[in-house]
Amino acid sequence: MIELSELRKQILALIEKNSRIDLKELAVLLGATEAEIANEVAQMEKENIISGYHTLINWENTSEEKVTAMIEVMVTPQRGVGFDKIAQRIYNFSEVKAIYLMSGGYDFLIMLEEKTMRAVSQFVSEKLSTLDEVRGTATHFVLKKYKDHGTVLSDIKQDERMLVTP
Amino acid sequence: MRNPLSDAVVNIKPSGIRKFFDIVSEMKDAISLGVGEPDFDTPWHVREEAIYTLERGKTVYTSNAGLMELREEICKYLKRRFNLTYDYKKEVMLTVGGSEAIDIALRAMVNPGEEVIIPEPCYVSYLPCVQLTYGKPVIIQLKEENQFRLTKEELLEAVTDKTKVLILPFPNNPTGAVMTREDLEDIARVCIEKDIFVISDEIYAELSYIGKRHVSIGEIPGMKERTVVINGFSKSYAMTGWRLGYACAPENILSQMLKIHQFAIMCAPTTSQYAAVDALKNGDEDVEKMCQSYNQRRRFVLNAFKEMGVECFEPFGAFYTFPNIKKFGLTSEEFAGRFLQEEKVAVVPGTAFGDCGEGYLRISYAYSIENLKEALGRMARFVKKLEAEGQSKC
Repeated sequence: MIELSELRKQILALIEKNSRIDLKELAVLLGATEAEIANEVAQMEKENIISGYHTLINWENTSEEKVTAMIEVMVTPQRGVGFDKIAQRIYNFSEVKAIYLMSGGYDFLIMLEEKTMRAVSQFVSEKLSTLDEVRGTATHFVLKKYKDHGTVLSDIKQDERMLVTP
Repeated sequence: MRNPLSDAVVNIKPSGIRKFFDIVSEMKDAISLGVGEPDFDTPWHVREEAIYTLERGKTVYTSNAGLMELREEICKYLKRRFNLTYDYKKEVMLTVGGSEAIDIALRAMVNPGEEVIIPEPCYVSYLPCVQLTYGKPVIIQLKEENQFRLTKEELLEAVTDKTKVLILPFPNNPTGAVMTREDLEDIARVCIEKDIFVISDEIYAELSYIGKRHVSIGEIPGMKERTVVINGFSKSYAMTGWRLGYACAPENILSQMLKIHQFAIMCAPTTSQYAAVDALKNGDEDVEKMCQSYNQRRRFVLNAFKEMGVECFEPFGAFYTFPNIKKFGLTSEEFAGRFLQEEKVAVVPGTAFGDCGEGYLRISYAYSIENLKEALGRMARFVKKLEAEGQSKC
């Protein structure tokens, strides 16, 4: 576990919202030098604190077919390796966008993204359920995404303030 | 027919930049760096609390001074943030924004002919509110070379035997200036020696980017008994439209202010008061986040000025910068007018905040970085154009 400096916390807060922000701008906003920022960012990449620079795409505004499913999975953990080994067998499938180990009524929650519903059901019935350790699954389809990664997808906010106020 | 009007009201000059504001409001496609309110939404938990109290029908008057629970939370907050000690039963009242508090504090304290010292540039309401009391406004013109802070020399020069009240508006709108503890101790000494009262408008108290925190003059020994501290929820919690501020003062002053409030207003908006309880109980983190964000934007704007060759002293409070545009040979209003016409960006001429604002602009950074980038990009282009014009004239 790495203790984060105040500067690192602020860098992370900014790039978590906007990964395209350049080093110069980060330096200006945080009152640091560009070299300091570059150094911290590179270091955090190396330490796998920064694990990627993804883009949040609102597919619902395109004609692309996308189906997102949340799948609850109950498994029998294996001696010695616990859940990790099973998780690995699941996350190696490229269609698995995310997998979390959960507390409560089931063990894993998988987020799956596919082109069609049929592809999702094929994945569940042919690939997931057939794993020895998997005891049961429950598949939920996402009907609409309102908010993702802290961003509201449905509407673009207008500035309603008057142009000038004292 | 007799003249139906009061001389005091008629004698209030309409804001000199009214004309400019009218032009701006007709420009539909203009972007702006001209607002005096946060761009953030009121934190959702605060709005949610307001909705909840509406659902439960909590829609009746509160006591004149405001909800007891809220006054208690305000006192706890002032203690924890600014080391100010007030009795929630007798020394705090809720007002309709900080603006009402300014008005009733002046009305409670100023007799006709008594002098009220107003350091300018400053917020636009002090002067007319003094005029309504038939008091005499005495202006101190703050200077850029002092980072627009009030010095004891300037104060001493303005003091006469008729001086009753000093208005102390820091962190300052429009300059962004702040007063350090040492600065305030100097001012406090003068006030005590000359027996002057202070109305300290600290509505931007949370937005201070230097030292550990904002210092209130009410904290300086010997000052609490002669100070009215004004604060509110508009700027720190992004709650401008809720119209909720408060005043803290010794009982002898506050009880008289309360009298005016009781007859003129009755009580501050009830829903807003319930929302404010939640803001104070659960909003510290929101305030910190917004403050951090403002500070980043502050650095961004100052850096942009530097890159375009516009001078600006470094402001450490509120969300304003006050760049110096004297070298372009235009008045503040000419600059703002042309900037609006040619680049469609609205800024406020410094003269809106007093004559000594001539040669300056108020540029607000209560905008997203994207907005700032666009608007400041246009400013850089405009400045370049002005420089080219200047050279061709020589």
